[in-house]
Amino acid sequence: MTEELMTEVRQKTEVVDGSSDEHSQKSAKIEAENVHAYFGPVHALQGISLKIHANSVVAIIGPSGCGKSTFLRSINRMHEVIPGSRITGKILLDGADVYSMDAVFVRRQIGMVFQKPNPFPTMSIYDNVAAGLKMNGVRNRKTLDEIVEQSLQKAALWGEVKDSLSKSGVSLSGGQQQRLCIARALAVNPEVLLMDEPASALDPISTAKIEELIYELKKSYTIVIVTHNMQQAARVSDETAFFYIGELIEFDETKKIFTAPTKKQTEDYITGRFG
Amino acid sequence: MLSHVINESQLAKASTGGRNVGDLVFKNLAMFFAAMILVLIIVMVVEMWNSSALSREKFGLSFLTQSIWDPVQEEYGALPFIYGTLVSSALALIIALPLSLGIAIFLSEITPPWLERPLSFFVELLAGIPSIVYGIWGFFVLVPWIRSDAEPLLSSSLGFIPLFRGAPYGIGMLAAGMILSIMVLPIVSSISRDVLKAVPRAQKEAALALGSTRWEATKIALSYSRSGIIGALILGLGRALGETMAVTMVIGNRPTISASLFEPGYTMASVLANEFTEATTQTYLSALIEIALVLFVITIIVNSFARLLVWSVTKHGDAASRQ
Repeated sequence: MTEELMTEVRQKTEVVDGSSDEHSQKSAKIEAENVHAYFGPVHALQGISLKIHANSVVAIIGPSGCGKSTFLRSINRMHEVIPGSRITGKILLDGADVYSMDAVFVRRQIGMVFQKPNPFPTMSIYDNVAAGLKMNGVRNRKTLDEIVEQSLQKAALWGEVKDSLSKSGVSLSGGQQQRLCIARALAVNPEVLLMDEPASALDPISTAKIEELIYELKKSYTIVIVTHNMQQAARVSDETAFFYIGELIEFDETKKIFTAPTKKQTEDYITGRFG
Repeated sequence: MLSHVINESQLAKASTGGRNVGDLVFKNLAMFFAAMILVLIIVMVVEMWNSSALSREKFGLSFLTQSIWDPVQEEYGALPFIYGTLVSSALALIIALPLSLGIAIFLSEITPPWLERPLSFFVELLAGIPSIVYGIWGFFVLVPWIRSDAEPLLSSSLGFIPLFRGAPYGIGMLAAGMILSIMVLPIVSSISRDVLKAVPRAQKEAALALGSTRWEATKIALSYSRSGIIGALILGLGRALGETMAVTMVIGNRPTISASLFEPGYTMASVLANEFTEATTQTYLSALIEIALVLFVITIIVNSFARLLVWSVTKHGDAASRQ
């Protein structure tokens, strides 16, 4: 069944393995090949293979515990920071396996936004955004100022905080904190942005702002977003992957997934019959 | 309707009535024991306050600022003891802080789980060794080493600083600081470890996901838990301030204030231990009791401050994780 699915995915995405470098670079920003992930004895991902195009938004949906967050975290090697975890298979970023690179380097290319806003509470708004840059050794005040402003602007937060940059990051509202976290991730200039249910802890207005932001950000970044909210997936994504109990059931254009899914499980989930 | 209400309230009374006596006894007994602690503290303070009346009347506030301690002339000034206690404790913290933080970081961030428990156990075991054992070890092992190696090395390399000048006695403030640092190490490192472990996973992951190295992520965790670590240090300070036996054996017991750490000193706890049997006059005894009072007050202040800090950080942590 997985084999069948794979063929299907390949056909849909019109990418053939072994094609010219130029072609594969252009089309597949991230490519997962037979990824298995484990938490101790739990087999959380059971052979996931999919391709994510540059400058597209891919939504990952599925019921709780289906492995969608685990898959997201395997892309930037955050899965392995959990004690007892293990992973096999390949994740290619621009054709190079992230598991043969330095994890620190990988995470600077692939930014991440978490479910709950997690600004550094002891730091000011400015320092939160600059945190990643300082870790990268950027010390020049002028450069820092510029990048902090740009990042906050990209995260659509600049207008709200430009006069209070020295205030604590946790003094902001939940929605603002989440945009602060997005700015913090953008400041290190990643190519890919992973978002793990970024709006699930936010009110509808903040959620709408984050969704608008995703639409803006996809011009310059490749975005993978995990969401529980199917309307959200339908609104923001170009392609949608449906995960169920550690397997990729279906991966296709969002429109197709939500209007004419080919798999029964996908249809059942989307129509609310389970999950 | 009304009778229904009455019935219900009667029912409520009746149903608690059966348990009431036992509960009442239990509650009051528990409250009594808890209150005893408070009463004990108050009684101690009042007793020390009254017994030190003679000394307080005779010397007033100059008791705290005078540095002459002369039982023969009946001249008592506590400054050298206050100085000795504060300096030896501060020295202990300065030495223990980097060691404890290293241990705490290793235990909370780096050690594999199977190694963490036995290691923590050994660190905490240090806290259970009687202080006389530390004293003996300090006197026969640490002091000779300080005399033959540490002090000559320090005075030849850092001798331009007054702290490290003078003859290498071995016995003195430096030895007291070092022995105290070993004694406060378990409490500072185990509380720091707990505080570091209480840093929400989300914080560490936020740092890691930004592309931080392990050290950079640890720095974020340290900054998150800084007030808890300060609390741990102050609890360590509380222990160092009151430590008696081991310090008495290595500090030299001379009531002087000298710039050099190599010189002997004296602490409040040590002078009490050494001289309470010799206090032949009323004033002498009264002066010693006043020293006890000063030590008590300093310790209470330091410990309350530490508790407040630790509470504030744990509350903060709870709020952040519930958010």
